[in-house]
Amino acid sequence: MASIDMRNIVKQYGDGFPAVNDVSIDVKDGEFMILVGPSGCGKSTLLRMIVGLEDITSGDMMIGDRRVNDLAPRDRNLAMVFQNYALYPHLTVYENIAFPLRLAKVDNETVDKKVREASKTLELDEHLERKPGNLSGGQRQRVAMGRAIVRDADAFLFDEPLSNLDAKLRGQMRTEIARLQKRLGITTVYVTHDQTEAMTLGDRVAVLKRGVLQQLATPRELYEQPANLFVAGFIGSPPMNFLPATVEGTTVKLPFGSVEIPAEKAQKAAGKGLLIAGIRPEHFEDAAVMDSAKTAGHTFRTRVDVVEWLGNESYAYIPFEAPPEVQAQLTQLEKDLDGEAMRTQLVVSLDGASRVAEGDEAEIYVNSDHMHLFDPSTGENLTLDTSSAGKVPSGDAMAQADEVGQAQDEVSSSAQTEEA
Amino acid sequence: MKQKVGLAVGILLILVWCLLPVVWIISLSFKSEESVTTGNPGFFPSEGTSAGWDNYKKVLTDDLYDYFPRAIINSIGISLIATLLSVIVATLAAYAIARLEFKGKKFVLSIALAIAMFPVVSLVGPLFDMWRTLGIYDTWIGLIIPYMSFTLPLAIWTLSAFFREIPWEMEQAAQVDGATSWQAFRRVIVPLAAPGVFTAAILTFFFAWNDFVFGISLTSTEAARPIPASLAFFVGSDPFNRPASLLAAAAVIATIPIIVIVLIFQRKIVAGLTSGAVKG
Repeated sequence: MASIDMRNIVKQYGDGFPAVNDVSIDVKDGEFMILVGPSGCGKSTLLRMIVGLEDITSGDMMIGDRRVNDLAPRDRNLAMVFQNYALYPHLTVYENIAFPLRLAKVDNETVDKKVREASKTLELDEHLERKPGNLSGGQRQRVAMGRAIVRDADAFLFDEPLSNLDAKLRGQMRTEIARLQKRLGITTVYVTHDQTEAMTLGDRVAVLKRGVLQQLATPRELYEQPANLFVAGFIGSPPMNFLPATVEGTTVKLPFGSVEIPAEKAQKAAGKGLLIAGIRPEHFEDAAVMDSAKTAGHTFRTRVDVVEWLGNESYAYIPFEAPPEVQAQLTQLEKDLDGEAMRTQLVVSLDGASRVAEGDEAEIYVNSDHMHLFDPSTGENLTLDTSSAGKVPSGDAMAQADEVGQAQDEVSSSAQTEEA
Repeated sequence: MKQKVGLAVGILLILVWCLLPVVWIISLSFKSEESVTTGNPGFFPSEGTSAGWDNYKKVLTDDLYDYFPRAIINSIGISLIATLLSVIVATLAAYAIARLEFKGKKFVLSIALAIAMFPVVSLVGPLFDMWRTLGIYDTWIGLIIPYMSFTLPLAIWTLSAFFREIPWEMEQAAQVDGATSWQAFRRVIVPLAAPGVFTAAILTFFFAWNDFVFGISLTSTEAARPIPASLAFFVGSDPFNRPASLLAAAAVIATIPIIVIVLIFQRKIVAGLTSGAVKG
């Protein structure tokens, strides 16, 4: 058991590719830390630096109170579950789990005891004599975890362990991992690109973009107080809506109409001209199913394009036009999030009782207390409540990430020209 | 149905094509010498000319052919040692080529290939002189060295292809599990590359076992002469008549170890191929 403290970690590859940039994350003893971000954000590289499979260009990697920068993987006493499980196909499940113990020259009796214990925990008892090739994906996943828990490692590291499983199994294994981690109480670092896994598993989540830390906070803090446009767009499903907005006094002008916001928020955004308003889908409601006294002053009328009714709730889609400067930022954001630039539309989550149908003109209520206002040029959240937003790196993390991104693209494109 | 018949006919044709000479050699080895010289074209020896196991007994025990049992030992010894050394060296070299980035990697690979393309005959002369100067002419080591150097390139190429197929993660997982690089190599990579190792071993063994040119040029006595060369020295009672049935018996004996070894290795290759993939 140990804490893992990453201090100003930098990774630059031989060809100058800056993969990780000045990232500082402190994982407390027994904490479940998630590293999340779209592909190419350096999260796996960071994990591999913790375990020692990747050299650290600069910065300090502390495990417990040891500086491990120059230690070989085998001397760091960490257990890792790989994305493709990396089971040894020539060994039985039993020997796969026993492998770390065999290397440590543990006597047979203890090996047997520990392997049986691990296999019982993971319900692998009836598969012990089989080869990994004959197991299903979920079983292989459990064997990989068995190999990790059988030794008394200081920490567990997971590299996208669920990405090879189908959706149903993924859900089951997710709870399984959470349960195991709580039971063993062992420090865990978990890499994923899936924001659901990040939200459900993590004690704290570190959001990365292009090798730059964007925000380090609990899932709730990330959801309610995203530090910038990137975090706001990444966390939550369906994602947060981004609308062009201008603030006049305490009134925010949106494409559909104007709504009132709390004075304190309005003050932070005053005089900034054109802004991007971020509102989560569930902060909208069909005014028809609500108490009219509550909705007064917070509604607008608009035509609903498409409705998806799911029973307990329904999603309504409302297209809108965005001015070019906002549009550019939103298109870039979509690209950063591995998505495709789609038409600008508002997604609102309505109560299941709502009778709004496709093509209807509807009265929509906005809960503007939860509205965030972002600076369209930097992406910074102007209405951020820093006291409950976890750790937000100083400086403009998103712009920094863009700079690094450009440097990365330059390296890759020059590598390509060289090859050609 | 039609397809099945076609398939059966095809298989039969290929079997006849491949096995007829072998079967004929076996048939020949059971005929007496007279039966061959007087002309006896049938598959089975004609009445009264069957030699039974006499030819085999003669080849293995008769004083006239006392160099043949010795040649068997030479062949087995030389081929096995050459195979073992070649596979060990090739495994290490191929691993380095597949895993490490170093200068001159392509150079090493292409030189290795160039060596393999060199015609054997053109090297025999210089080797003969060199070996005599070095004092390893007509010794086991004098044959093991050329066999190794000629089979290494192919073994390295085969094995490095196999090593490239093994996911990096296997080795990294082993290292995280507490293995040194050497332990990871020996306990994870080599067992996974076993099919490749055995393929390389079979190819090397074939080359060494079947070689004639080196065997006859670099030896002068039975001290190191292998089977193929030894067969060339077979003479019967009449120097103008090669003892065909004895040669046939000797040829059959020479084939047996190859068959045994292929059968053993083949099982290993199949076992390796079916041991299961990595991903789900």
